[in-house]
Amino acid sequence: MVEIKNLTKRYGNILAVNDISFTANPGEILGLLGPNGAGKSTTLNIITGYLSSTSGSVTVEGFDILSDPKRAKAKIGYLPEQPPLYPEMTVRKYLEFVFDLKKVRLPKREHIEEVMTIVMLSDVADRVIRNLSKGYRQRVGLAGALIGNPPVLILDEPTVGLDPKQIIETRRLIKTLGKKHTVIFSSHVLSEVSAICDRVVMINKGTIVADSPIDKLSEVISGTGLLTLEVEGSPSAVRAAIGAVDGVRRVTHTSGVSYTVSYNSDIDVRRGIFKALAKADCPILMMTAGGLTLEESFLKLTQGGDD
Amino acid sequence: MSAIFRRELGSYFNTAVGYVVLTVFWFFSGLSFYTYCLLYNTSSLSMFFASMFLMILLVIPLITMRSFAEERRRKTDQALLTAPVSLFEIVFGKFLAAFVMFLLSCSIFILYAIIIATFTAPDWAVFFTTFLGVLLLGAAVIAIDMFVSALTESQIIAAAVSIGIAVLINRMGDIAQFINTEWVTNVINKISFDKHFSNFFTGIISLPSIVFYLSVAAVFLFLTARVFEKRRWS
Repeated sequence: MVEIKNLTKRYGNILAVNDISFTANPGEILGLLGPNGAGKSTTLNIITGYLSSTSGSVTVEGFDILSDPKRAKAKIGYLPEQPPLYPEMTVRKYLEFVFDLKKVRLPKREHIEEVMTIVMLSDVADRVIRNLSKGYRQRVGLAGALIGNPPVLILDEPTVGLDPKQIIETRRLIKTLGKKHTVIFSSHVLSEVSAICDRVVMINKGTIVADSPIDKLSEVISGTGLLTLEVEGSPSAVRAAIGAVDGVRRVTHTSGVSYTVSYNSDIDVRRGIFKALAKADCPILMMTAGGLTLEESFLKLTQGGDD
Repeated sequence: MSAIFRRELGSYFNTAVGYVVLTVFWFFSGLSFYTYCLLYNTSSLSMFFASMFLMILLVIPLITMRSFAEERRRKTDQALLTAPVSLFEIVFGKFLAAFVMFLLSCSIFILYAIIIATFTAPDWAVFFTTFLGVLLLGAAVIAIDMFVSALTESQIIAAAVSIGIAVLINRMGDIAQFINTEWVTNVINKISFDKHFSNFFTGIISLPSIVFYLSVAAVFLFLTARVFEKRRWS
């Protein structure tokens, strides 16, 4: 279990992470979703004790990362964005080094074999890391994180730079790992998060914009329907007419005769809009209804308010 | 700590660095040994060791330039700093590995002493005190150069700055002569690596010199740890 409370990180005047709080429960796969530069890596680096926080606290399995770093770090397996590999070592030698570094007390040879089997590295065990492809290197990094069977796994964009087949394999692997470990992993790909995670924490510009179970995400974010309209007439008149309809939340004049209308999804506003525009003598040229896809709601949240 | 020590020492010999250092050091020290001992027909190694002073200062940057700079450039420091080990273990493990590498380089001196011994008995007491001096000097310079390596992400910059410091240390005595203020000269002489090193040539184990070298090493190891950690707090 990982508990993050009111975490803030400042670089000079720049607020990289702003008052973030969330909890990853045992046996849960938590996706940290956000666009590039949202503060995902910074957050993960603070959780693992690589960076310090300006304020706030992180506890891992009950141990505070600042006041009890050794015990907290022993509970974490971390795969940073760029796997920390020594290119001149062989895969096996590297994993032995990680094993010793983490002071693991398991039968060494068996444990390393076991980890290599899990991440499918056994066939390159004695090759030098320098000569491995990106996909294999990523797996070596993941194997390093798994050494010692830590209860918490933190993976920073584990699928970046992999080919589609490797991405699918990695996702499947994370999903299996989630049964035994608490997994926090970051991604900027929404479909990935929705495919693997039980819960998603969405962050943007250092703040949490959504935190919900994955299946409820689109409802939580939106609760909103969206209409695209093309209407003839002066924009101000059109906006006034549509805005007056019951259930309409916001009218946006996108360009020329195009408008987008967001509305409470429990009311069907199409008839109301039709009647209102007819009364205002603004003929509707086109009206398309479409709820937000997950991808759109993600964009909506991360780009802030429109208009 | 032993994991870091073993990986670090292994990396000298998994890459070319270890072999290059040994080759360069053994070649030039051999040349000095030939010129200062064999050509002069002397069993005294003091001229040879005096010429080794600059050699030692110049070879250590080759050993230490990678230690922290490369770690940061490859982001492998992330593995070290997120593992359940203390900063002291990281810094000291790396220091020990560099020191053992240095010790391997200097082990050739024993061979030179044995060569002398085939002609006549060398003054073993002087040899061993001087060897102790070499090791202490090495420890101090390794700590300084590791500190330099921790300041940058580039091995080349680390090596260049370390060599600059080496030249400065080597010319410290000369600098002291140029300065007319007496107390400044005194201070420079007191912290002159050269002066402390030559104390060992006489066969004396000089306590002030031992304390001097060990404290330089300790101070710079402490600073290295602080600099390595500093990034966390920036």
